[in-house]
Amino acid sequence: MTKVFDSGNVACALAVKDVGVDFVAAYPITPQTSVVEKIASYIAEGEMDAKYLPVESEHSALSAVAAASAVGARVFTATSSQGLLYMHEILHYAAGGRLPIVMANVNRAINMPWCLYVDHQDAVSQRDTGWIQLFAASNQEIYDSVILAYKVAEEVQIPVMVNYDGFLVSHSSMPFETLEQDKIREFLPALNPPWRLHPQWGGTFGNVTPSEEYVPYRYALTEDIKKAGDVIVRCSKEYERLTGRWHGGHFETYRPEGAEYFLFSMGSMGKEMEIAVDLLREQGIAAAGLRLRIFSPFPEEELAALLPTGAKLLVFDRNLVYGSAGGALLQLAKAALFNRRDSLQVIGISLGLGGEDLPASVLVAKAREMMEVCK
Amino acid sequence: MNIKELPEIEYIIPGTGACAGCPSTIGLRLVGKALGENAICLLTPSCAVASMGMTPKTCYSFPALNICFASAGASGGAISMALDPLYSKKRLEGEKPVVFAWVGDGGTYDIGFQGLSAAAERNDDFIFFCYNNEAYSNTGNQRSGATPQYVPTTTSPLGKEMLQKNVPLLMLEHRPPYVATASLAYPLDLYRKVEKAKSIKGFRYIEIHMPCCTSWKFPAAETIEVSRLAIRTGSWLLWEAENGKLSLNGVTAALAEGKRKPLPVEEYLKAQGRYAWLLKSPDKDYYIGNIENNIRRELEFMAGRAKL
Ligand SMILES: Cc1ncc(C[n+]2csc(CCOP(=O)(O)OP(=O)(O)O)c2C)c(N)n1
Ligand SMILES: [Mg+2]
Repeated sequence: MTKVFDSGNVACALAVKDVGVDFVAAYPITPQTSVVEKIASYIAEGEMDAKYLPVESEHSALSAVAAASAVGARVFTATSSQGLLYMHEILHYAAGGRLPIVMANVNRAINMPWCLYVDHQDAVSQRDTGWIQLFAASNQEIYDSVILAYKVAEEVQIPVMVNYDGFLVSHSSMPFETLEQDKIREFLPALNPPWRLHPQWGGTFGNVTPSEEYVPYRYALTEDIKKAGDVIVRCSKEYERLTGRWHGGHFETYRPEGAEYFLFSMGSMGKEMEIAVDLLREQGIAAAGLRLRIFSPFPEEELAALLPTGAKLLVFDRNLVYGSAGGALLQLAKAALFNRRDSLQVIGISLGLGGEDLPASVLVAKAREMMEVCK
Repeated sequence: MNIKELPEIEYIIPGTGACAGCPSTIGLRLVGKALGENAICLLTPSCAVASMGMTPKTCYSFPALNICFASAGASGGAISMALDPLYSKKRLEGEKPVVFAWVGDGGTYDIGFQGLSAAAERNDDFIFFCYNNEAYSNTGNQRSGATPQYVPTTTSPLGKEMLQKNVPLLMLEHRPPYVATASLAYPLDLYRKVEKAKSIKGFRYIEIHMPCCTSWKFPAAETIEVSRLAIRTGSWLLWEAENGKLSLNGVTAALAEGKRKPLPVEEYLKAQGRYAWLLKSPDKDYYIGNIENNIRRELEFMAGRAKL
């Protein structure tokens, strides 16, 4: 274990190096760029026994890692914003192909107009591509989530996207700890996929498929994604036993004792929310923080089970569902609680788009506005 | 060597979903004989995929992955590159397979061109085959960047106005170690070129002319005959280039050196239904004049390039 003081992007690159990735293909985009620059330098300097393909686009980056994954390599790519959108076709392909790819997506607003700063529209708009999506909120959580992502992806044979906020997290230096090789090997054995695109295995993949075969295949993917939530939590616990590090299961909760208002968000906003909760508690309001770690599969049952009787869920979305009252978390939370916990009040807003600053004071003010509506 | 002495290995399993007379199937059969059994194939959506039949059927005996339409350039190099650490880390043993992509002209000239260009520029280690049937054939004969001038397709119903691009030449000017064109009518030339490509490391590009009886409208038994006419009229040129040094081959070389006169292009055009309208047109002579001028220009251009 080494203590490091560096950026979120370096935490990500270090995890990729430490898990023993075989193949990386990526295309630069702010604020992801320093992740792939760092990895390219690890490989060039012989610190990492892997190959790096400097492709000409994100469509090619994901096409490259998908094919490399099909021959049995442990692969990585990273992107952000427009780059993630440019991958859209291959996102579906990779999930449908059940390829255990891990990708970092450094969350950034999307055009028009152009904006370099954080929001979650990029990831949220790729929700229905069949990927598991994790959201990390600190450099330690990025490092640990990348390792966790390989463990989960290789167990359930579904690609995993590790999201974290552009600049706020990607470019902020924070202390974090790495993990010794023997512990990583114990947690994450060498990749041994059930099939490979290789003459020793044979077979042709991706043929045109009739409905009778297509339908069960699709349902298997959605069922397996649904089950992946529990796999993520189980693996997180296993990781905790090994390292003592815990960032939460489906959620990270903050001061839930006796809480009436649950301030629900994801990404770094969820960390700032802890300060907001402290301020609200000082004002005598029974507030708690609820930070979502697994955006996809959205933990519907767990959310319904977690909230106490009479709880009010205040949803803070860093994305928009155009034409609706809030964002994706609000819709998902409402759908999760409908018919499960119909008596609970759920209310939400979209904020923090395009990097709009969200200090705790703003979160407190927005929370209080929503509490007024709840009354 | 004669054709009966080619290796017996068959890449194509009998009972394919391909049309009778399918040039892609004939081409892959020959390519397979040259590449051998230790090979991995990438396909993009095309006739070559439609030919497999529906899951769980297949018509190929080699491992193949149908990737997305624009992906062949990136995926080909990636597979080859990713195999290296798997062998060096002893997660795979034996000899590393040859990696090749088998892609239509749509996946090469049009949607896949960016990824292809990048793979060539990086000198990625795989063989990119373009099987050029001069249209999007499996989707019902739409125009592509390889469709010749005056050819009507479902998306150029009045005959395409523009000339096709010269993608083999563009690939040559990316400066990869090997680029070649080939024809089904000259199978031993094709076989030799694939063997040659197999012996070279880095990016290799081979484009095979693929007269398609379905889209071009000629009887299924005449695929080879139409292929031969393309060469003899100078409508398709045979050449290869190692490390940028280009040489014209066979009939094409004889045409360029003036040792042989090209057959009148009308011989080639009238073998195909797609030119029927042109041959009946009152402006037929004008069209044929333009086609012949272009043939002359291309031949002169490539002969000049061969002198560099
Ligand atoms: C992104 C995308 N756009 C369009 C298609 C539809 N499509 C499938 S195959 C094809 C044409 C293929 O043409 P070509 O590469 O020349 O192969 P051929 O059918 O002639 O063998 C098209 C347009 C697709 N599969 N993917
Ligand atoms: Mg075609």
